Amino acid sequence: MPVIELRGITKRFGSLVANDHVDFDVETGEIHALLGENGAGKSTLMKILYGLYQPDGGEILINGSPVHLKSPADAIANGIGFVSQHFSLVPTFTVSENVLLGHEGGFLIDKAAMKQRVTAMADSLGMNLDPDAVVGKLAVGQQQRVEILKALYRKCRVLIMDEPTAVLTPQDTEKLFETLRHLQAQGMSVIIITHKLNEVLAVSQRVTVLRLGKVVGRTATADTTQTGLAEMMVGRKTVTVVRNSEHKVGDLAKLDVRDLHMTDKRGGLLLRGLSLSARGGEIVGIAGVAGNGQSELVSVLTGMAVPQSGSVLVNVQPMPFGQPKALAKLKIARIPEDRLRGIIGDLSVADNLMLEQSDQFTSFGHLKNRQIRENAEKLIRDFQIKASPNDPARTLSGGNIQKIILARSLAQDPEVIIASQPTRGLDVGATEYVHQKLIEQKQRGAAVLLISEDLDEILVLSDRILVIYEGRIAGEFAAENADIQAIGALMTGANLSPEAGLAGA
Amino acid sequence: MSFKIERVPAPVWMRPLFIVLAVFITFLLVSTLVLAAGASPITAFYELLIDPLTRTGARADILMLATPILFTGIAVAIAFVAGYYNVGAEGQLYAGAILAAWVGVQAEGMQPYVAIPLMLAAGFLAGMVWALVPALLKAYLSVDEVVTTLLLNSVMLFFVSALLNGPWRDPVSNWPQSPTIATSAQFPVIIPRSRVHFGAIMAVIIALATWWMLSRTRFGLELRAIGKNKDAAKFLGIPVKRRLIAAALISGGIAGLAGVSEVGGIHYYLIGTLSPGFGYTGIIVATLGALTIPGVFISALFLSLINRGSISASRELDVPVYLSDVIQAVLLLVTLATLLLTQYRIRRER
Ligand SMILES: Nc1ncnc2c1ncn2[C@@H]1O[C@H](COP(=O)(O)OP(=O)(O)OP(=O)(O)O)[C@@H](O)[C@H]1O
Ligand SMILES: [Mg+2]
Repeated sequence: MPVIELRGITKRFGSLVANDHVDFDVETGEIHALLGENGAGKSTLMKILYGLYQPDGGEILINGSPVHLKSPADAIANGIGFVSQHFSLVPTFTVSENVLLGHEGGFLIDKAAMKQRVTAMADSLGMNLDPDAVVGKLAVGQQQRVEILKALYRKCRVLIMDEPTAVLTPQDTEKLFETLRHLQAQGMSVIIITHKLNEVLAVSQRVTVLRLGKVVGRTATADTTQTGLAEMMVGRKTVTVVRNSEHKVGDLAKLDVRDLHMTDKRGGLLLRGLSLSARGGEIVGIAGVAGNGQSELVSVLTGMAVPQSGSVLVNVQPMPFGQPKALAKLKIARIPEDRLRGIIGDLSVADNLMLEQSDQFTSFGHLKNRQIRENAEKLIRDFQIKASPNDPARTLSGGNIQKIILARSLAQDPEVIIASQPTRGLDVGATEYVHQKLIEQKQRGAAVLLISEDLDEILVLSDRILVIYEGRIAGEFAAENADIQAIGALMTGANLSPEAGLAGA
Repeated sequence: MSFKIERVPAPVWMRPLFIVLAVFITFLLVSTLVLAAGASPITAFYELLIDPLTRTGARADILMLATPILFTGIAVAIAFVAGYYNVGAEGQLYAGAILAAWVGVQAEGMQPYVAIPLMLAAGFLAGMVWALVPALLKAYLSVDEVVTTLLLNSVMLFFVSALLNGPWRDPVSNWPQSPTIATSAQFPVIIPRSRVHFGAIMAVIIALATWWMLSRTRFGLELRAIGKNKDAAKFLGIPVKRRLIAAALISGGIAGLAGVSEVGGIHYYLIGTLSPGFGYTGIIVATLGALTIPGVFISALFLSLINRGSISASRELDVPVYLSDVIQAVLLLVTLATLLLTQYRIRRER
C-alpha cells in the first residue's frame, strides 16, 4: 500500500487549471521524482499535499485512509515534511534552536538534551553539522540540511523537496543525495522535484511526469533514459544545442575587468585582484566552486556593489560602480543569480518587463500604456512565458519568473551580458532555449560572461573558460582543449600555475 | 462539511459592500449601549448615517469636514505607497498653517488671486521643509521615519504654542492666536450659506493630480516598485533614495496644504487647536482607502459623514456626545476589520 496517494487532484487559479485530475502515489521507502516543464503544476501539487493550497477536487489518502489537510500543521501531523526553495529559518538562531523552534515540547527547554538529539539525527544521516553554529552564517547547502532536520524532528515520514538542487553546487548535490539515501534506508519516502534529468536518473526509483497540469507519464527510473524523460516532458523529440563557431570574434574587449579588490565588512578578502576580459562574439565561462568570489564579481558587474579598487571598462568606457541605471545605458544585460532580486512580485508582468528600460516607455514622465502592453505581449510570445501581462509576477511559476528576467534583458540588444546561473530552475526545453539565445547574442556580437555552478553548462557554451579561485582568475582554457581534470584541479586550488591571477591583465 | 479560509483578495469594487457590512455589524455591537442610554438604536443609526445626507446644510458640513482629511489622507497614502511611513502629517500640517498665516497677514492690499496662491505655495513649502530632515535621515542613515516624524509632531505643537504665547499673541484680544489674515487672503466660500470653501476644490484637484501621478506616471510606478521591493527596485535602476525623499517631501507638502486650507478657509488665523488630529486621521483615511486615491476619497467622505452624524445624533436623542464617539470608534474598527476580510475568501467544502 502506498504511503501517499493522490486521486484526481484538480486545482484551478481563475480560469487556469494548474492541476487536472492528477493521480500520484508514493511507496514507502522510495525516492520519487516529479518532473515537468516550467508551470506544469509541480509546486502546486506539492503545496496541496502540504496543506498550503486546497484542491478544487480529488482526494488525498495517507496510508490508505482519506485525510483533509487544511493547513501545513495538518500535513505535519500526518508525517509530511516540506523543504521549499526559500528556507524558513531564523538566521540569528543556532542550528539546534532552529530545528526545535515551534516544537520544543514543553515549557522548559533542556538545551543539552536537545543538542544531543539534533547531533544524533544529523550523524545518522551522515551530515556534518555543528548544532551550535549560527544558521545565518552557514552556506546554502548546510542551511538546507537544517531544513531537512527540522522536518525529521517533526517525525516526518514523507519528505517533499521542491527543486533542492537548484541552489546547490554539484558537490553539495551529491551530499544531499547521500542524505536522501540514508533517509530511504530508514524507511522514509522522498518526493523530489528537479529539472536536471541526470539527477532524476541518479537518485530516484520512480518518476511521474506532469505536462500542463496532467500526468503524462509514470515509469520506473530503471526503464528510462534522459532522452526518454525529455520527450515525455515536452511531448516531442528534443534537439540539443550545438555550439556554432562559424562567426567572427571581435578584437576589442567589450568587457574589460581590471584588478578588482573587494573585502567584506570584517576585512576578509573576497576579490583579490581579479582581472578578465571578454570580446564581442565570445562567451567566457567562469568555472569555480561556489564562494570563491563569483557572487561578488557579479554584484560589482551588475551595479549592486562597489569594490575597494580596480576598474571595469565597457567598450573602452569606464563603468561607474554601484549605479544600476548607468549599466542599462551602457547596454549591459544582467541576469542575477537570485531571481527574487530581479522581480517585483506585487507588480504586473508588464511592469516588470519595462521597469529596467523605463525611459523607452515614458514620454515626459508619462507612462505609455499601449507600448508597455505591446512590449509585454511580444516578450511573452517570444520567450513563451506562461502568463498574461496583467498577472502579478508573484503568481508565476519559478521558471516563468526566470524567463521574465531573461526576456527583458536579452530584448535590448545588449553589448555585454552578465549571466549568472541563467538556467537555474528552468526545465530542459527552456534551458536549451536560453542556451540558444546566449549563442545568438554572441553571434550578433555581444560579449557574454557566463557564471554557472553547472560545469556542463560552461563546457557546452563557452569559447573560453576561466577558473576562479579565492577571488581571482587561476587559469584559462580555450574551449577546444578544455581538460575537465585540469579545470577541476584548478577549481580546488591544486596545481596553481605561476601566472595565476594574471590572465587578462 | 467544513469551512475554509483562503487568502484571495476580493475585487476592489466589493469594498463598498464591506462598508455596508461593517455598518450592520457595528449596529449589532452597539445597540445594547444605545438602549442602555435610553434611546432607540434604529433612530441612532438613522441620525448617524442617513439624516445628514437628507439636509442641505449637513451635506455641506460633510464637505467642509472632509476637506482637511482628504489632504492629509492623500499625503499619507503617497508616502505609504512608497513604503515610507510618514506619521508626521500633523506636524507638517501646522508647518503649512504657520507660514500660510504669516503670508496671509502680510497680504494686506494684495489681490486674492495673488494672495491665495502665495499662501498655498508657502504652506506646501513649509510642509516639505518639516518633512525634509526625517526623509534625509531615512535615506542616508536608515533612521526609522516612524520615530522621527512622530517626534517632530510634538516639537511642532510646542513650537506653535510658543509662537502664539510669545511673539505672535494677538495684540488686540491678547488671546494665544495669531493676528487675522487679510480679507484678500481669505478663501472664498464656494457653496452659498455654508462653510465649504475654496480649499475643497484644491483638495479635489490635488486628489486628481495624485491619482494621475501614482497610476499613470513613471514616478508613481517607481514609488510603487520601491514600496513593494526595495532591493529589486534598486537592481532595476530606480534611484531609491532620491525617490523616497521626493515621496516624503510631496507627502509633507500636501499635509502642509491641509494647514493652509484650515487657516485660509475656516479660522482666518493660526490657533493651537487648529487641527483636532487631522494628521492622524489621515492615516486612518489612507488605510481605509487601501492607499488608493479613489479609496482615500471615499473614506474621507465616509469619516466626515459619521463625524457630522454623531453631532446630530447626540443632540436629537439626548444621549451623551461620548456615546456617538463610541459608535464612531467601533464603526471604524469594524470597518478596518471587515476590509481585512476582503483579503480572504471563505470556501465550503464537503
Ligand atoms: N497562487 C497562484 N495564483 C495564480 N496562479 C498560480 C498560483 N500559483 C501557481 N499558479 C500558476 O499555476 C501554474 C503552475 O504553477 P507551478 O508553480 O505549480 O509550476 P511548476 O511546475 O512548479 O513550475 P516551475 O518548474 O517553473 O517551478 C503556473 O501557470 C502558475 O502561473
Ligand atoms: Mg515550482
